[in-house]
Amino acid sequence: MAEGSNQSVAYRFFDKVGRMSTSALEEMGRHGVMITESLYWLIIGPRMNQPVRLGAVFSEMMEIGVRAIGIIGIMAAAIGAMLAIQGIYSLKIFGAEGHVVVGVAFSMVREFAPLITGILVAGRSGSALSARLGTMKINQELDALEVMGINPVRFLVVPSLLASLVMVPVLTFMSMALGLYAAALYVNAALGMSLAAFFDQTVDVLSVDDLTHGLGKAAIFGILIALIGVLNGFLVKGGAEGVGKATTRSVVQCISAIVVTDMLFALVATF
Amino acid sequence: MTNQIDPGPSTVIEVRDLVTHYGTRQILNGVDVDIVEGEIMVIMGGSGSGKSTFLRHLMALQRPTSGTIKILGQDVWRLPQKKLFELRKKLGVTFQGGALFSSMTVGENIMLPLYEHTKLDRMTMEIMARMKLEVVDLAGFEDLMPSELSGGMIKRAAVARAVIMDPRILFFDEPSAGLDPVVSSQLDDLILRLRDAMGMTICVVTHELESAFKIADRITVLDKGNILFVGTVQELHDHPSERIQNLLNRRSEEAEIDADEYLRRLTGDKEEAEGMPR
Repeated sequence: MAEGSNQSVAYRFFDKVGRMSTSALEEMGRHGVMITESLYWLIIGPRMNQPVRLGAVFSEMMEIGVRAIGIIGIMAAAIGAMLAIQGIYSLKIFGAEGHVVVGVAFSMVREFAPLITGILVAGRSGSALSARLGTMKINQELDALEVMGINPVRFLVVPSLLASLVMVPVLTFMSMALGLYAAALYVNAALGMSLAAFFDQTVDVLSVDDLTHGLGKAAIFGILIALIGVLNGFLVKGGAEGVGKATTRSVVQCISAIVVTDMLFALVATF
Repeated sequence: MTNQIDPGPSTVIEVRDLVTHYGTRQILNGVDVDIVEGEIMVIMGGSGSGKSTFLRHLMALQRPTSGTIKILGQDVWRLPQKKLFELRKKLGVTFQGGALFSSMTVGENIMLPLYEHTKLDRMTMEIMARMKLEVVDLAGFEDLMPSELSGGMIKRAAVARAVIMDPRILFFDEPSAGLDPVVSSQLDDLILRLRDAMGMTICVVTHELESAFKIADRITVLDKGNILFVGTVQELHDHPSERIQNLLNRRSEEAEIDADEYLRRLTGDKEEAEGMPR
């Protein structure tokens, strides 16, 4: 009896692991299909008289990028200042607080700016994408597009994907600048270091590779946010409750994907 | 009376041996239907009869398990994507809830197919949209958002969008759903007007008997994935099958069920509920 019960527990455990693995693989496959289909419409669409509309891309860029400038700017400045505060506090132990610029510059440009931008865009636009597409699905608007001969991937997904791919790195660049500026202001107040000296040291410390590292990661985050948001929207089942679940799922998946990708990127880049 | 007519040159939709499964559940079980040019075909059936799935197949939105669907002589599931797009331009659909895009005005919704499929300038598109809005008695509503319209108005705006490309075939999914009898009757009149004025072939899926009898040239009755009947309204009324007569009378019988009987049915008191229409 006990053995049977153990077998049953083991069976259930492996059954669950198997199902979760299959589901994860299926989801990865769907992302692959979505990217392939998006590329297809981007390249082949114009030949089929079905081009991706630039107006829709700019409209998404406004939504994903321009309207997020305020909150991302504030967060980036806060993180920059926080890095400076912590950096000075830690380095003071060794009497090396003058070297705070090195830590702040590397951390902000390589890690924090892309990460905080990615997370904020995920929370703001990834969830909005899921909610919008999910609502369109339950209202049969996606079916209506199909029947009108308008491919939903071309019409809805590609503009979001392009906008996210462009705007997340742009916002990240802005985050880097604002974060460093806020840090410079704190260092100036705390150590008396001039802003010119701070940025002079920053330019000396950073290389083009560091900037590429941060912006490259941001571009990947942009693709992940759009893909995860869109896919969760397309997979909505049921009514309003389904939309709510998809939105939550989208935010959780986006942030998890961003953090894991960030870690892998850091690992590969510093190996 | 025959259950089918021979497909002739005027057959615009030809469905043969259509089978659909959802997992192990059989939804459609070898359905054969022909819809001829210029007619209004109403597809009827109760909940779970497979009529919505059937409509999704007709609109080329869902691939069946087996069988063929030819629309305007073309097998929709064998067409390359480009030709399927071309074919879809000849189809118009009004969905149950209208499916207007909530982020666009009524006018933009109606102009969308023109914007995507033609190279017309904006002014021409606006004029065409206004003309179609006049056809559905919504002139002057082009600048409103869908959220500012009533249910009946949304459906009429959806009709205007569906006919903007002058399709040859127009599909309606439950046009009367959620509408009061007056508005529903107005929508029926609009469907008849579209057929008469624009010569469209119209396929309507509904479970509303009154609406079906008013607009149908022919009716297809689906029951549990099978075709029970295809024919005119008169032929349906005269049909000797008890099953069909039960179906026709179901609504009036259900209206007579009193609260006690309904409660007995819900609580599973089969003996007492015996003899009641199901």
